[in-house]
Amino acid sequence: MLTDKYNPLENTMLCILDKDGKIIDEELLPKIEDKKMLEIYKVMLLTRIADTKALQYQRQGRMLTYAPNKGQEAAQLGSVAAVEERDWLVPAFREMGAWLYKGVPLEQIYLYWYGNEMGSKFPENVKMLPISVPIASQLSHGVGIAMASNIKGEEEVTLAYVGDGGTSQGEFHEAMNFAAVYNVPLVVVIQNNQYAISVPREIQTKSRTLAEKAVAYGIPGIQVDGNDVLAVYAAVKEAVDRARGGGGPTLIEAVTYRLGPHTTSDDPTIYREDKEVEEWTQKDPLIRFKKYLIDKKLWSEEKDIKQREEFENLANETFKKVETSGEVPLEDIFKYHYEEMPKNLIEQYEEYKEYMKKGGI
Amino acid sequence: MAVLNILNAVNHTLDYEMEKNKNVIVYGEDVGLEGGVFRATTGLQKKYGRDRCFDTPLAEAGIVGTAIGMAINGLVPVVEIQFSGFVLPALNQIIAHAARMRNRSRGKYNLPMVIRMPYGGGIRALEHHSESLEAVFGHIPGLKTVIPSTPYDTKGLLLSAIREPDPVIFLEPKQIYRAFKQEVPEGDYSIPIGKAKVIKEGKDVTVVAYGALIHEVQKAVKELENEGISVELIDLRTISPIDRDTIIKSVQKTGRFVVVHEAVKSFSVSSELISIVNEGAFLYLEAPPTRVTGFDIIVPLPKGENHFIIDSKRIFNKIKEVVSF
Repeated sequence: MLTDKYNPLENTMLCILDKDGKIIDEELLPKIEDKKMLEIYKVMLLTRIADTKALQYQRQGRMLTYAPNKGQEAAQLGSVAAVEERDWLVPAFREMGAWLYKGVPLEQIYLYWYGNEMGSKFPENVKMLPISVPIASQLSHGVGIAMASNIKGEEEVTLAYVGDGGTSQGEFHEAMNFAAVYNVPLVVVIQNNQYAISVPREIQTKSRTLAEKAVAYGIPGIQVDGNDVLAVYAAVKEAVDRARGGGGPTLIEAVTYRLGPHTTSDDPTIYREDKEVEEWTQKDPLIRFKKYLIDKKLWSEEKDIKQREEFENLANETFKKVETSGEVPLEDIFKYHYEEMPKNLIEQYEEYKEYMKKGGI
Repeated sequence: MAVLNILNAVNHTLDYEMEKNKNVIVYGEDVGLEGGVFRATTGLQKKYGRDRCFDTPLAEAGIVGTAIGMAINGLVPVVEIQFSGFVLPALNQIIAHAARMRNRSRGKYNLPMVIRMPYGGGIRALEHHSESLEAVFGHIPGLKTVIPSTPYDTKGLLLSAIREPDPVIFLEPKQIYRAFKQEVPEGDYSIPIGKAKVIKEGKDVTVVAYGALIHEVQKAVKELENEGISVELIDLRTISPIDRDTIIKSVQKTGRFVVVHEAVKSFSVSSELISIVNEGAFLYLEAPPTRVTGFDIIVPLPKGENHFIIDSKRIFNKIKEVVSF
């Protein structure tokens, strides 16, 4: 078991690919078909491009506040690639790569950040919750989903995300504790990107690692190199298999770095040095995985350039579509609070509609 | 027909619906083996097993948060918060998530779930065991909030709450949990959420109350009738969505309005009701609409609580004052 070999109390971290894309230990290499490996890389690349574009659209005043993903693509893809269509995904808010891989259309992701709740009405077969803004409060939903899987006897696993700051919340504790007590099929991935807006990881906890918090809950925990997509995959796959087999929850800390700002309203130069950002840029998860795939002759720089162009066009076209059709019909802001609109609300809606009909006078 | 008190009615209704619908899951602190501190869930674990009725760690946010997840994944959780004063750690889950999941997902995920909690004072308890927080829940779009006042209504409203496709806060007036018994049909019936009940028709004044205080109001009404004052008494039954039509219709008839509740006065259900009366029956009023409520203070510990709890005398006086305005 990786969780035995990489005991978080011994301050060990699972790494498989080094920063040049070379395998550190062949024995640790997870079994992933070539086709799937390419699929993972392509979604990582799409995430990088769609994310960069979103930031540009925001700077151009065409999109609202946006939370960038740059630098965290391996933590997102390595984890989501280890679950299946029947499994649930419970996001926090910075997992664009995971959402895309799970089957959320890019158009919906853009629509959400454009300011329309329809962006969170995912296709029927995509078992994923909407973005949850109050930090760590989504984890207990994941626990509840997994409790229901146990009660109904369904072999589905729930993958839930939280950040380093989220581990300080009381709700993180409650969720982990419930998950452990009821032995639910849940995998919690902490994307430790080192900062909660401006507050560094050291101010969140005195624990040496976030993974070691698992020990107190009586469940397996492991720290992985979150910029190494293969290490993340290996740890999450083991945890998913354990969960599906009745072995209960696992806590995984993916050590990564947010290369961009917290959101577009944030200026990271206030709280971190350029040197630090530069160091982490050298560990870019996308470049690392690309080098590995090129070494394996599964990919090439030429293919990469072509693929980038394709994704850039896709992002541009998708966002254009969102800009032309992303407005919210008035009815939408009223009608989704209850199955049937209560009479009081109907009256408010009708009165406002009447007002709008007269030209808002 | 069974003769039940409110507590028995809660137990009977949970049993009834768990038997009918295997997706109904009941849990909370001390809810499983012990049957809850008030014994509302007695016998359910034994009958339905630990998968369907169980104890939880002592963590209200965890209880409500997991219920949200269960409801998303096809179950119908009916969770208990031991006292409404302990619900505060779970408000993040209730307000930030339970109330919003349908809207947030534009209808993909609705939450058929019930959060039951005993509320209100008058049981000579410690701090945080006597609160009336109905206005807090009533203020939140996406929630429905219900308060029964009799064993019969308890079953009818709780069945409706469990069958609702959206989250319902079910506040149980614990002061009268065991106060009296009533015949409750053993079969199926439900009372619609969002509909107040005219308990007694009258022509001089409309009085609205709910929960335990209905019974104090009834005592006052009896004395007022002896003095020739005809009271129309309405049990609100649902806090939200509030039944404007029944209230407005009644005040248009009587021209006078008194609302009675135990919760603090400011920013309360009475504030809302008086606004509704002003909006819908202003030109019919023969006296200023008024209220008998808790003071804007923290519910006192037992030695001071008798000043806070409203008795029939205060209600009698206020109604008389309004009628002779």
